[in-house]
Amino acid sequence: MILDHLPVLQIVVPLLAAPLCVLVRERALVLSCALAVCWSAFAGSLVLLAQTLKHRVITYEMGNWPAPYGIEYRLDSLNTLVLVFVTAMAALVLTYAPASVKHEIPRNRHYLFYATYLLCLTGLSGIAITGDLFNLFVFLEISSLSSYALISLGQHRRALLAAFQYLIMGTIGATFLLIGIGLIYQLTGSLNMSDIAAHLQTYSGPRTVVVAFAFVSVGLSIKMALFPLHRWLPNAYAYAPSVVSCFIAATSTKVSVYVLLRMVFTIFKPGFAFRTLQLDSGLMILSLLGIMATSFAAIYQDNLKRMLAYSSVSQIGYIVLGISLASPHGLTAAIVHMFNHALIKGGLFMCLGCFALRVGMPTLDKLQGISHRMPYTALAWSLGGLALIGVPLTAGFVGKWYLLLATFESNYWWVAIFILASSLLSLWYVWRVVEAIYFGEPPANSEEIKEAPWSMLIPLFVVILATFVFGIWTPFSAGLARDAASLLLEGTMTP
Amino acid sequence: MSNLWGLYEYWISVLLMMTGFFIVIARQNLVQKIIGLNIFQISVFLLYITMGKVRGGTAPILLPSDADEVIVYSNPLPGVLILTAIVVGVATTAVGLALIVRIREAYGTIEEDEILLKDREP
Repeated sequence: MILDHLPVLQIVVPLLAAPLCVLVRERALVLSCALAVCWSAFAGSLVLLAQTLKHRVITYEMGNWPAPYGIEYRLDSLNTLVLVFVTAMAALVLTYAPASVKHEIPRNRHYLFYATYLLCLTGLSGIAITGDLFNLFVFLEISSLSSYALISLGQHRRALLAAFQYLIMGTIGATFLLIGIGLIYQLTGSLNMSDIAAHLQTYSGPRTVVVAFAFVSVGLSIKMALFPLHRWLPNAYAYAPSVVSCFIAATSTKVSVYVLLRMVFTIFKPGFAFRTLQLDSGLMILSLLGIMATSFAAIYQDNLKRMLAYSSVSQIGYIVLGISLASPHGLTAAIVHMFNHALIKGGLFMCLGCFALRVGMPTLDKLQGISHRMPYTALAWSLGGLALIGVPLTAGFVGKWYLLLATFESNYWWVAIFILASSLLSLWYVWRVVEAIYFGEPPANSEEIKEAPWSMLIPLFVVILATFVFGIWTPFSAGLARDAASLLLEGTMTP
Repeated sequence: MSNLWGLYEYWISVLLMMTGFFIVIARQNLVQKIIGLNIFQISVFLLYITMGKVRGGTAPILLPSDADEVIVYSNPLPGVLILTAIVVGVATTAVGLALIVRIREAYGTIEEDEILLKDREP
C-alpha cells in the first residue's frame, strides 16, 4: 500500500515537514524531524532504485488522473540514480550539519535553516522524479528560491550580494526555461514528457521548435553554471554557510544537468539537437574552454571555498563534455561523473566545513600546518583531493576513464589532451592545499585549535570512503549509468 | 503585412521581454533590477495567456444553451499554469526585496557599483 505511493511520498513528506518545522521552532525537535525526513527519503529512494532495477520504469499518476492529462511521476534508471545521490547527500550533510550550523548561524534562525533545507530537498528530488514539464519548472523554482535563502544565511555580508546575483541569474534562467516549455506546449498541447516525445515533430516541424530548444538549453546552462554563464556560482558557494555549500555544490548543478539530458535526449532527440543544430560542437567548445579557464582560476584562489567552486564549474565541464560526445561511452561518463562528483565535491566541502569550524573562513594562510591540530580532517582532504584529481581506484577516475574511452572512440584524441592537462591543473590546486596543511609553518596562536567533533568527522569519512568504494566497485554506479545511457540513446538512431 | 499585424500580441510580449531584460542588465540599482525582472517575467505570462486565447472564445464554463448552438471556448490550461507562475514570480520578488533590505542594512546602499566598491576596501 505505502510502497505504491512511494514516488509521491518522496516529495510530500519533506514538503509538509518544512512548514511543520517552522511551526514547532524548538531546535532539537526541528533537527530530529529534519533528520528523520532526510534519512527516510534516502531509504525510500533506495527502495525505488530496487523497484526500477526490477521493472525498468515506474510510473505514478498524481491523484489518479491518467497520464497525459494529470501529472505523471516517472522513474527510470537515470532519474532514480539522480534521486539516490540527492537524498543520500541530503541525509549525510544534514547528519554532519548540527555542529557547523550552531557555529555559523544565529541560534534564533536554526529552525528556519532546517525548514529551508527541507524545501530545497523537496525541489531537487521533485525535479528528478517528475515527468511533467511545468511541474519541473515549479520544483526548479522551489529549489532555487530556497537556495537563495540558504546562501544569504552566510556570515559575511558578501553572502547577501552573492545570493542576490544568484537570484537574478537563476530567475532569468528559469524564465527562459518557462518560455521554452510554453513554446513546446504550443506545439504539442501537452506537458507530459513522454507524450511530448511521441508527438513533437522536430524534423519537419516549424521554426518554433528551434526557438523553444534555444530557450530551454540557454536557461538550463545558466542553472548548471556552464562556462561562461557560471559567474553567479563562485561567490554563492564561497560565502554561503559551510553546510549549504556542501549540499548545493553536491546536488543542485547536477540536477540541472539531468534536466538537460532529459530535454536533449528524451524530448528533442539527439538527431535534432546534435545533427541539425550542432549543439554538440557548441557544448564541446564551451566545456573545454570552461574546464581550462576555471581550472586556471582555481589555482589562483586563496579562499579555498572559492577554489572548490571554480573546480565545480570545471567538473560540470567534464560532464557536459561527456554529453557533447553523444556516444554510449560519453553519456555513461557524464552520468557516472555526475554521481561521483556529487560525492567528491560534497566530501571536500565537508572538510572545509570542519576547518571553518575552527579557523573561520578557510583561506590558505589560516590553514598553514593545521594537520598537526586536525589530522583526520587533513587526511580526509588529501583522500578527497586524490578523488578530485582522478587517481585510479577513486571515484573521480571512473568518469574520466569513460570520457577518455569516448574521446578515442569518436576520434577526438585532442580532447583527451585537454582532459589530461586539466587533471594536472587540479593536481596543482589540490597539492597547494596539501602542502600548506602538512608542511606549512603553523601560526603562533594555533595551540587552541582542536580536531573537529566526531559528529562531523563520521559523515565526512562515510562520504570520503564512498568515493573509494565507488572507485573500486564500479558495477553499481557505472553499470547503472551505462543502463541509463542506453535508455537515453534508445531509438534515437532512427530519425 | 497582415501577418505581422495579426501577431501583435506576440510583438507586445517580445517588446516587454526585451525591456525587462535590458533593465536587469543595464541598471545598477537593485530595486530597479527587481522591477526589470518582474517586467521580464510578466511578458512571459502574457505569452502564455495569448497562446490560450481563442478568438471569439469565451471562458470555459458550461453554459445552458440549445443543443445545436456551437460555443467556442478558450483553452483554460495556460491561464491555470500562469496562476502558478505568478505565485512563483511573487515569491521571487519577495525574496529579492528581502535580500535588498538586508543588503541595505549591511552596506548602507543599494547601488551595485557602490556595494562592489565597498567590498574592495579592506
